[in-house]
Amino acid sequence: MAAPMQSDLRLYDYLPWPGRPKITWPGGKKLAVWIAPNIEFYEYDPPDNPTRTPWGRPNPDVLQYSHRDYGNRAGWQRMMAAMDRAGFRGSVSLNVALCDHHPEIIRACADRGWEFFSHGIYNTRYVYNMTIEQEREIIRDAFDTVRKHTGQELAGWLSPALSNNLWTMDILAEAGIQYTCDMFHDDQPMPVKVASGRLISMPYSLEMNDVIVYNSQKVTPRHYGEIIRRQFDQLYRESDESGMVMCIPLHPYLVGQPHRIDAFAEAIEYIAGHEGVWQATGREIAAHYHASGAYDAMAAAAAAHAQGER
Amino acid sequence: MPLPDSYLDYPARRYGMDHDRYDWSDLFQRRPIRWPNGARVALSIVTHVQHFPLDMPAKPFKAPGALSMPYPDFRYFTNRDYGNRLGVFRVLRLLSDMGLRGSFAINGCIAARYPAVVQAVVEGGHEVVAHGLDMGKVHHSGLTEPDEDAIIAEALRLLREGSGQAVTGWLSPGRAQGFNTPELLVRNGVRWCLDWANDDLPYEMRTDNGPLLAMPLAHETDDRVVANEYFHSEPEWEQQVKDRFDVLYRESAEYGGRVMSVPLHSWVSGMPYRVEYLREALGYMLAHDGVWTAPAGEIAAAFAGQE
Repeated sequence: MAAPMQSDLRLYDYLPWPGRPKITWPGGKKLAVWIAPNIEFYEYDPPDNPTRTPWGRPNPDVLQYSHRDYGNRAGWQRMMAAMDRAGFRGSVSLNVALCDHHPEIIRACADRGWEFFSHGIYNTRYVYNMTIEQEREIIRDAFDTVRKHTGQELAGWLSPALSNNLWTMDILAEAGIQYTCDMFHDDQPMPVKVASGRLISMPYSLEMNDVIVYNSQKVTPRHYGEIIRRQFDQLYRESDESGMVMCIPLHPYLVGQPHRIDAFAEAIEYIAGHEGVWQATGREIAAHYHASGAYDAMAAAAAAHAQGER
Repeated sequence: MPLPDSYLDYPARRYGMDHDRYDWSDLFQRRPIRWPNGARVALSIVTHVQHFPLDMPAKPFKAPGALSMPYPDFRYFTNRDYGNRLGVFRVLRLLSDMGLRGSFAINGCIAARYPAVVQAVVEGGHEVVAHGLDMGKVHHSGLTEPDEDAIIAEALRLLREGSGQAVTGWLSPGRAQGFNTPELLVRNGVRWCLDWANDDLPYEMRTDNGPLLAMPLAHETDDRVVANEYFHSEPEWEQQVKDRFDVLYRESAEYGGRVMSVPLHSWVSGMPYRVEYLREALGYMLAHDGVWTAPAGEIAAAFAGQE
């Protein structure tokens, strides 16, 4: 059953930064900045997956469950208000079951013109150990649920809890997903080599992601604001040469805490105060990447580099 | 082994929560809460007073702060016990200096081991909250109902007899519960509980034995979490507490009363080098108009009176 492990899935070709085709953004903007709130639902009594047990304690892990539930009762409102003030629309990394549980949150996002992309069904259901048909069913469910509740056709995907299989990128592209957020190898969108269709690896970010910053790096709330500004300042300068992408992935149960929200809010207002910023959604970046010819140019450059022509 | 297709079944995928314990509610859409005398923020200071048995079991999980060195772990057994000998009295002295009353969440066994602690808490005018029996007795669904019920009943008996208070508030060791814990708490006369970390206001939970009020207790600005999980300094803890207060205070102008909870541990904030940061943080909040400092049970009663 288990396929032998591989050292590299070759999902993308190596393409060094110097000499790449130039990326331009609409309206002569320099840097595309998008914010991706992970609006998630973690289950009270989820089933085990042999590869990963959802909670650290036996079900129900009421402390961790309720900590995440804070995001859907309180944190999301603070996060949304901060984004409204800075003029950012969200691209929601959505556990699609949340459409059923909390349609009020979905409506508030939809009313603001936010994009929804899929982050699986629940954040306590992983694709580990699924058959390809089971994983296709997850994708179908996500398309259907988001369409039914929002009228939007899914464009993006972040695997639930970043769980993946060897074939995941192929079946996402096959289903019509335009961009994946699961890879962190670049500050520019890059083609993914899939069996059929076209798939973009959209710059998301581990290092800007509040859950990583706060919980893995143990960064203080105020320093998170500093990290966001530093990342922005550097990418903004470098985007004089060619357009880059900065993403801020969020979790309302973390950034929406009272002791954290202001430092974040001030940082994104700082970003929004720069004229060369394109406040975009994931879908818009993907669409422009194709329309401007950047996808084809990058794919050709990567193929040429792989053949040693550069 | 492929997953069974039942892994793609979602029996609780429906409107609201995926359990019946409470309803979903948006903090910013509720009827505004009014605290006594027009206060904007209810300040709830909750000090954990804990006993970590030398032989505490590792299964099914250890409560945070648990002993972690090979048996016999003198290091952490005694470090935690410091809180019961000096730390708690240092916190009590500070609260007395500042004229504040709060809650002390005390492991039931403390009432038998160290009655002087319970006596000092009561004499200081503070409220005793039951914090389980000891830090080795975590609540989880692997316990039989009679076993869990016996732990709850014994903890409450010790603290009620030791304090002379009714003791109707509860905080589980490690804030851990089994599926049935709320039912057993209510059956034993508990009326409110600090375990769930999903709100900045009280809200009502359902149990088979009647309602249980969920009281807010911050998780990520808890002194132990900031010091021992995030490894942030004590000035940084003070900053985060102030920042948390500022936002809740600001929101109270538009959305009604909020609860600012300050979870402390006698063996953390009761250390000599830390306690003055606690004074600074409390002093900062109290310098604002409309801050009502009260034991959690009085805040619960003020909330329930508006229902």
